[in-house]
Amino acid sequence: MTHGWNDATSAFHPASAPDYLPRPQLEALQLGRLQAVVRRAYERVPLFRERMERLDLGPEAVRALPDLGQLPFTVKADLRDTYPFGLFASPMEEVVRLHASSGTTGKPIVVAYTAADLQVWTGVMVRSFAACGLHQGDVVQNAYGYGLFTGGLGAHYGAEALGATVIPISGGNTERQLMVLADFGVTAIACTPSYMVHLIERAKEAGVGFGKLKVGIFGAEPWSEEMRQHIQAEAGIRAHDIYGLSEIIGPGVGIECVHRDGLHLFEDHFYPEIIDPASGAVLPDGSEGELVLTTLSKQAMPMIRYRTRDITALHPEPCSCGRTIRRIRRIGRRSDDMFIIRGVNVFPSQVETALLKVEGTLPHYQIVLTRQKGLDEMEVQVEVTAEFFSDRIRGLEALQAELADAIEHTIGLRVKVHLVQPKTIARSEGKAKRVLDQRKI
Amino acid sequence: MKIRQLSLFLENRPGQLRVPCKVLGDAGIDILTMSLADTQQFGILRLIVKDWQRAKQVLEAAGQVVNVTDLLALDVPDHAGGLASVLEVFERTGLGVEYMYAFGLRQRGKSATLLFRLEDPEGAQVKLASAGVALVSAEELFRRAAA
Repeated sequence: MTHGWNDATSAFHPASAPDYLPRPQLEALQLGRLQAVVRRAYERVPLFRERMERLDLGPEAVRALPDLGQLPFTVKADLRDTYPFGLFASPMEEVVRLHASSGTTGKPIVVAYTAADLQVWTGVMVRSFAACGLHQGDVVQNAYGYGLFTGGLGAHYGAEALGATVIPISGGNTERQLMVLADFGVTAIACTPSYMVHLIERAKEAGVGFGKLKVGIFGAEPWSEEMRQHIQAEAGIRAHDIYGLSEIIGPGVGIECVHRDGLHLFEDHFYPEIIDPASGAVLPDGSEGELVLTTLSKQAMPMIRYRTRDITALHPEPCSCGRTIRRIRRIGRRSDDMFIIRGVNVFPSQVETALLKVEGTLPHYQIVLTRQKGLDEMEVQVEVTAEFFSDRIRGLEALQAELADAIEHTIGLRVKVHLVQPKTIARSEGKAKRVLDQRKI
Repeated sequence: MKIRQLSLFLENRPGQLRVPCKVLGDAGIDILTMSLADTQQFGILRLIVKDWQRAKQVLEAAGQVVNVTDLLALDVPDHAGGLASVLEVFERTGLGVEYMYAFGLRQRGKSATLLFRLEDPEGAQVKLASAGVALVSAEELFRRAAA
């Protein structure tokens, strides 16, 4: 191979240049874009205009970046209430692509892209892959679902634009995934972390390895550090967390660089704030709170102060990779998959951490919430594995008690632990369904 | 002299016991004896089969969790007080019984064969031999089962 600007010998990908902008230059760019996008939203989207007028604000109110804090929030319900096209800021003839959420409850949410929006999206995905150390010559197995979900096409065009070889295999069909992985010399895989755990399990059963695989790009659901360690050790790869959401653009809002110590946000396109989820007040860098994002360059569907429901913190300290764009702590929980049981806030990731502590690897589990005679019950179903199965009743009862103790230690509640046979908890080919809330409220 | 036992994890709900039995039946594997321990939530099915390796393989392929444990088989005099006399030896030599169950074969009037899961099967073999208690080998068990 000749020496190029985008192969294994090049240190930086040219598309990554904005990752390294000096802060003052980056902030000047952000302000210019922010003023333009607020004006666009105000002039073209009735919802944004009405909300700003109610606060007696016009686009000229944004004179500096912190002024953004005065503008009203946008929430997911706004997208549902204006279904399907109510938040579009471009006429349909300029919209070249639509995506939609899976819509498990009621109507889905629809998001739109102009040709320029797609370029921005592809650009941040190229920078994401580059930050993971990928380049021309890599073979990317894209196991995100293709279709209305943004994961599949987002990763696809990004990897192609990077110059990598893309295998658009989409989600599901695990046997075929494993075969392609080994036979096509795949060096990187993109999928949900729970699907990767599933692939590892099935590869083990089938007695097959992961060939040349070296990098995994996992996202679309929260996962824990323990899960990363498990994936990295079992598959012998580097596991990167990628962050994104359809309302903002899709995958490619943020990515972990090779140091995997927080996710760099592509701040030149997505402006982050951390707020107190209860009061809505903007919190200083370093504090934990809800991530709020404003799209700085989206045309078809600008989002002003969109509440992501993701709980994290912003880290302004420079990263040893040299990027100047800030990092967020990896998102272990969302404020909306949190559930409240007997007055206690519980996140599935806390239960996951407890299970990992006892078993060393992550067993398949599901949290089932029920209400019996007015009292909420939480049960954790855990699949029994060969390593932890004892032929003695008291051995199994001890395991049950140990798991219940570990969970109680983490969340402060005594819960029922129910051991179940392997393969009885539904496997996800997409996002893992960790909580089954059967309470009739 | 040890007998290999397969243990299976079963959830305590209807139909769960039939699955492994059907799997073994389809594979042409005969269950020589078995015991079922149960709690409110789950059960442990313990099985003795001749070809335990193949049985384990077909059960695991069918998605069962299978564990292999060593048991000791003893011929116990088939008369009142027969088992008590054997257990006396256990007590004297400090052997702890985790659980036990009977082998389905019985040499009427002579002896009944019992299977014991002991805390330390290795040490137990030595202690029982020196106490003059005869152990039944796997070969002998399978020979009797075939007879």
